Amino acid sequence: MSSPKPDMHSEAFLHSLMRKQLRLSISCAAAFLIVLLGLPLANYFLPELMSKRIFGFTLTWFFLGIGFFPAVWCISFYFIRRSIALEREEVEEVVGRGKGEGEKKG
Amino acid sequence: MQIDPYILTFSAITVFVTIFMGFWSAKKSKTASDFFVAGRSVSVGWNASAISGEYLSAASFMGIAGMVMSSGYDALWYPVCYACGYLFLLLFIAGPLRRFGAYTIPDFAEGRYDSPLFRKIAVCFVLFIGFFYTMPQMKGAGVTLAYIFPGLPYWAGVVLVGAVITLNVALGGMKGITLVQAFQYWAKMFAISVPIFVLMAVYGHYGKQLEANVVSAQPPSLQSQVEVANTVAAASEIQRRELPPKAPSDSVWISPFGPLTTKAAKAANLSPEETKAYSLLYTYSLIIALVCGTAGLPHILVRFYTNPDGVAAKRTTMWVMILIGIFYVFPPVFGVIGRNLMPELYTGLSGIKGTDQVVLKLPTLLNEKYGVLGSILSGVTCAGAFAAFMSTFSGLLVSMTGALAHDVYGRMLRPKSTPEERMRMFKIAAVLIGGVAVVLGSFVEPLEINFMVGQAFAIAAASYFPLLFMSVWWRGMTMLGAAVGMLTGGLCALTAATLTNVSNLALDKGPMGKIFSGFSPLNEFWAQHPLLRILCEQPAIWAVPLSITLMIVISKLTSRRVPDDIRMKMLVLHAPEKLGLKQEYIQEHQPGH
Repeated sequence: MSSPKPDMHSEAFLHSLMRKQLRLSISCAAAFLIVLLGLPLANYFLPELMSKRIFGFTLTWFFLGIGFFPAVWCISFYFIRRSIALEREEVEEVVGRGKGEGEKKG
Repeated sequence: MQIDPYILTFSAITVFVTIFMGFWSAKKSKTASDFFVAGRSVSVGWNASAISGEYLSAASFMGIAGMVMSSGYDALWYPVCYACGYLFLLLFIAGPLRRFGAYTIPDFAEGRYDSPLFRKIAVCFVLFIGFFYTMPQMKGAGVTLAYIFPGLPYWAGVVLVGAVITLNVALGGMKGITLVQAFQYWAKMFAISVPIFVLMAVYGHYGKQLEANVVSAQPPSLQSQVEVANTVAAASEIQRRELPPKAPSDSVWISPFGPLTTKAAKAANLSPEETKAYSLLYTYSLIIALVCGTAGLPHILVRFYTNPDGVAAKRTTMWVMILIGIFYVFPPVFGVIGRNLMPELYTGLSGIKGTDQVVLKLPTLLNEKYGVLGSILSGVTCAGAFAAFMSTFSGLLVSMTGALAHDVYGRMLRPKSTPEERMRMFKIAAVLIGGVAVVLGSFVEPLEINFMVGQAFAIAAASYFPLLFMSVWWRGMTMLGAAVGMLTGGLCALTAATLTNVSNLALDKGPMGKIFSGFSPLNEFWAQHPLLRILCEQPAIWAVPLSITLMIVISKLTSRRVPDDIRMKMLVLHAPEKLGLKQEYIQEHQPGH
């Protein structure tokens, strides 16, 4: 039943909200897409390098079969921490200006 | 060959525990909302295990190992992209969709565009994708049962497993499934990791096994292979068995752009340079399908709603990434060791076709050295395989049944039905869908498990992914744009995948080859047009952009029909849940619900 906050319902608020979220998502996605889409290119153009052996694996096998998963964990860990922080900032922003009554409903 | 008592015992235990847990929790779930989303009260740990349990299907458990063994390096894209797809889902779709608070994708489609018509269209795709995804699960079931009971026909296994799971779902519902799924993740993790560690301890570790596959510059002939095998055996102490002529040679197998991605170009006798270029295209299309497709799998998204709040949903996703990431390291090892030590699987003489059974069969090697240990471990992997196809199939069945009972019946046919009627409908729908899945499943014996799953992902990538992604991030979308884009992309991918499948089935030497022999001219056509063949086999690379482009163009043309309260909708999708916008929104829309 909270009365609509002009701040929260303004075009500017929505705009900045989506922009911030999208920027975070896209920068994380870019980091991961460069690696993911770059590997086939590396296989295509640098076959000698990628077939070098480490611990018995070829370099590219090692990377794809084992090394990729920790990389994905790092990106998702960073994203989750940032996005939780981002949400907190947004709540503080609105609550701060709207004197904070009736926000915690539900 | 006789029935191995250890293998039988372990598999039977898994099946009975699963069924028991289903019945046990059936007593606890009473209300209709319990059935659909488990009352939204599942903790992070349980939920993460349950999502992972549902996600690790027969493709992950059996298919990856089989495909790594048959095709080598290229097959590694599957496990990696299955895991990466989750990241994509987390980055772009999971958060907003949760805030919007719809139970299913059709709920979202209707809520976002205020259109019951669109809900109907979206429901169809739950069923399309679902059926495509149940086929490989059924194949897993048939292969596993035929392995446990030598001589049992493939279709009998499919029917048996299908019936058991259908019954379980019809009686248990989703609450039961959450518990069962969580248990099954750990069962699968145990079943894949313990046998592989024992095998590696006995026969040499992952890297050593791979080292035995030496890239030789010479053209692969039988003689040179024996030579290579001899020199390698001296160098890396691994006693390889001789590869049958059907198996790909070492250098082709271990390097990128191997048999999986070059099949079409090879059939057309292209030059090596052209073959490699086509192969790169194939790889990219596969990556797009798998990464985008995860976001569109109907049974995965529902789980985000079983978290108490948005932060919990995000924590859950982090744990899911870790749980499935660790799991996916293991299946390829089975494929690698299988190639060195059990090459007879390439010939398919052992009863069931192909390499898909390597996970089940490989541990029996240990019987030569340690008596029954091999049988016990093979029993463990069989139990894991059961857990794999049972959990994914039940998850899918719940989603598809939910779509039929909750959407088609509860909303379209009989909006005034009572909760009891809907519950009864849920059970009838479960039986109906289980039956169709069994029939479809008994046709696909000659196709590789992993390959079929890839196709389900491609269809999801071309239909649901563009819908969700664009609806969440672009306010200019209209219902017409979304519907046309989703339908065109999805149906094109569906047609392409079906064409590939029937032409593959026509190549089969068994009974399926006869049934589908009418499609064999298609194979001559593929041989002349390798590019078209690749684009049909892996449609994501054109179908996803096609779908998104159509959405944008048609939405621009019909821009007057953007929903009036679009700003409020976007706010609900993106503003933090603590601001309480959802309550406001629901109050405004009270009559609609």
